[in-house]
Amino acid sequence: MKTKKMSSNTLLLIITICLFFVMYGAGCVMYSAKGFTHLQTFLNILINNAGLLCVACGMTCVMLTGGIDISVGSLIALDCMFLAVGMERWGMSGPLLCVLVLVIGIVFGLVQGFCVGYLQIQPFIVTMAGMFFGRGMTAIISTDQVPISNEWFVGLANKKIQIPFGAYTNNKGVLQVPYIRISVVVALLVLIIIFLMLRYTKFGRSLYAVGGNEQSAIMMGLNVPMTKLKAYVLSSFLCSIGGICFCLNTMSGNVQQATGLEMDAIASAVIGGTLLTGGVGNVIGSFFGVLINGTISTLVKTNGKLLSSWSNIAVAALLCFFIVLQSVFAKIKERK
Amino acid sequence: MDNNVVLTMRGITMTFPGVKALDNVDFTLRKGEIHALMGENGAGKSTLIKCLTGINAFEAGEIHVDGINGPVVNHSTLDAQKKGISTVYQEVNLCGNLSVAENLFIGREPRTKIGTIDWKTMIKKSQKIMDDLEMPVNVTQNLEEYSLALQQMIAIARAVDMDCKVLILDEPTSSLDDNEVEKLFRLMRQLRDKGVGIVFVTHFLEQVYAVCDRITVLRNGTLVGEYPIAELPRVKLVAAMMGKDFDDLAAIKTEEQADFSKAEVIIDAKGLSHKGTIKPFDLTIHKGEVVGLTGLLGSGRSELARVIYGADRNQTGTLKVAGKEVNIKSPIDAMNLGMGLLPDDRKEEGIIGDLSVRENIILAMQAKRGMFRLIPMKDQIALADKYIEMLQIKTASRETLIKQLSGGNQQKVILGRWLATDPDFLILDEPTRGIDIGTKTEIQKLVLKLAGEGKSIIFISSEIEEMLRTCSKMEVLRDGQKVGEITENLTQENVMKAIAGGGSNE
Repeated sequence: MKTKKMSSNTLLLIITICLFFVMYGAGCVMYSAKGFTHLQTFLNILINNAGLLCVACGMTCVMLTGGIDISVGSLIALDCMFLAVGMERWGMSGPLLCVLVLVIGIVFGLVQGFCVGYLQIQPFIVTMAGMFFGRGMTAIISTDQVPISNEWFVGLANKKIQIPFGAYTNNKGVLQVPYIRISVVVALLVLIIIFLMLRYTKFGRSLYAVGGNEQSAIMMGLNVPMTKLKAYVLSSFLCSIGGICFCLNTMSGNVQQATGLEMDAIASAVIGGTLLTGGVGNVIGSFFGVLINGTISTLVKTNGKLLSSWSNIAVAALLCFFIVLQSVFAKIKERK
Repeated sequence: MDNNVVLTMRGITMTFPGVKALDNVDFTLRKGEIHALMGENGAGKSTLIKCLTGINAFEAGEIHVDGINGPVVNHSTLDAQKKGISTVYQEVNLCGNLSVAENLFIGREPRTKIGTIDWKTMIKKSQKIMDDLEMPVNVTQNLEEYSLALQQMIAIARAVDMDCKVLILDEPTSSLDDNEVEKLFRLMRQLRDKGVGIVFVTHFLEQVYAVCDRITVLRNGTLVGEYPIAELPRVKLVAAMMGKDFDDLAAIKTEEQADFSKAEVIIDAKGLSHKGTIKPFDLTIHKGEVVGLTGLLGSGRSELARVIYGADRNQTGTLKVAGKEVNIKSPIDAMNLGMGLLPDDRKEEGIIGDLSVRENIILAMQAKRGMFRLIPMKDQIALADKYIEMLQIKTASRETLIKQLSGGNQQKVILGRWLATDPDFLILDEPTRGIDIGTKTEIQKLVLKLAGEGKSIIFISSEIEEMLRTCSKMEVLRDGQKVGEITENLTQENVMKAIAGGGSNE
């Protein structure tokens, strides 16, 4: 009785991680001529998806409670537009704007979290309202494409943090040193902090308890409404951090920015083993979900001949695969 | 307050709209005793407990808890827990997706110096709690990996570890088999010896006599009395609960054993099976016959019935209904063939909580007719009233939501639902679970009456005595396999022998 069996959730996580390595390995074999094997290819995936990773971490926390947050895509658009217009038209300082963006995120989350936690409205409806509101506000600020040329922000975006290994010389004979951007550092920090929070804080464990069995959580004396409120605040806050990372990549504000990003975040979480019903999941899984997402689009791009829509189809297939896998495991468990 | 007393409730009174649920009820619990709270459905047991744990507010009366000055009024279960009153319900109120250790400590986890959860200490402490209670549990494993009985015991362990002085066990044994019940009792006795006062609410009389020291009986919201266990033999207890002399249940069975072998065969199953649950079995049921399925919990009693009914599709074998071979793909086919199934898990599979009593009664009939041929309201009302009357369903009106009814009455509504479809063949899976003895007798009588009208019935129950009274034939199951059939000499001893093993009816 004292031996610990491997739970099906751990198995799912292992499958996800293996899948990533298989996919990436396949890319290395198929496209080694196009430079897929260089470390920079992997780092680019991180750079391109730093924003998504932050959002996915928040999304995972919300999904653990059995909820969902579909407002994150438009919140990112709002953040980017606010940064762009703030710096370019209103002449505000970059650092101040970044702080303001984070405040917007917290307020956004407070409102949504209050509705879900204390008013007990369906999270889907609440965050759908948030989604429309965010996109609408973005358009109110400006309907133009607003490029950012603020010196501080451009400096931040172009800052390369070089990695002391994996260097190579390209075919022109120039030494290429692999690098990451500041957004990657931020995103990885977020990942580590949320991972530790989920495991080692009362709030983290409460998220699991609420998603596992809300009634029980109440009976065990947990403050369920507060836990939910905090989850949504965390999601919107992380989303705003993600928004800044995202903006550092796109360097502009645009109403149509980050459409469907919420779905990418949900997909990453699900591929990473988070259950939509709540109570099961981990940010490490979501991290690999994001990487798989990024690898697919990089593979499609590297191929060059495939339509970019193929990456959507690949993600769809993967989602199906994981959902079926989850339900098969659930069935096996029931059988026992 | 007497030194030995841990809880006193004096003159507790509360009314629900129109009904006096509790009228001047007293209750006293001493340290280190197991105290049964008995009464029929609606006697006020649950209400009394809810007043104590802060779910219901009472209008008059006082509660005193040992160690707390002045009267105690709880506003929530959490409030009650803080004052040392913990409740463990029939449904386990823990989180299956968390480890056992977390379930024991959530909300009060040991912390490290920097305020994070100290997993090491938590696991060590939990393992000690489990080892002390001699429970074979690895605390790092998720709770859902363990059986319901162990989960229940873990819930109790949590309550006890939170320094509870009063432990309320509300029907904790309803979903446990005998072996598991015995384990639970051992735990209860252990806790009693440590000085915990335990309130035990149950419908099983044997269990009361197996484990309790004292009994308080309620009837219709009033106190009948408090008795030491030795002074209240079983018959007197039942009499106290019902307020009348015990209607001798044994008398309801007709004396002459009818011979069904010449009657028309309604169900003729040959080699039916369902992968993973039921091995191939044969079963013949005649018109007007009541067949009992018996076996330990988990031996496949319900599963066998589900296969016949098409809820789990049979993978091998043939089924003849009234002589014709049929292929039942889903329950709707079975219904059209005149079958009905009263499932054992009424919360999950039976009642639709947000519909009224009337709507719940006509549900199956409407499904059978198809959804476009609505039953006229006049007929619906007539039907609902007929079955409310016939089954003596205690409800404020026919439009009351079924979730507001007590468990026994919900069960009757579902029974009414199937009777309304006028089935020839009815499967009753644990129709008397969790309901009081008076209603049980009524349901048993009803089963016999229906059989007398020519309906065939499969009757599944954990109580062998009850089956002996109603069934003319018993099928014995073990590990998903039919291992015997008892048609003659239906006695408890014979049935027990067959269940325990060693062949059929030797």
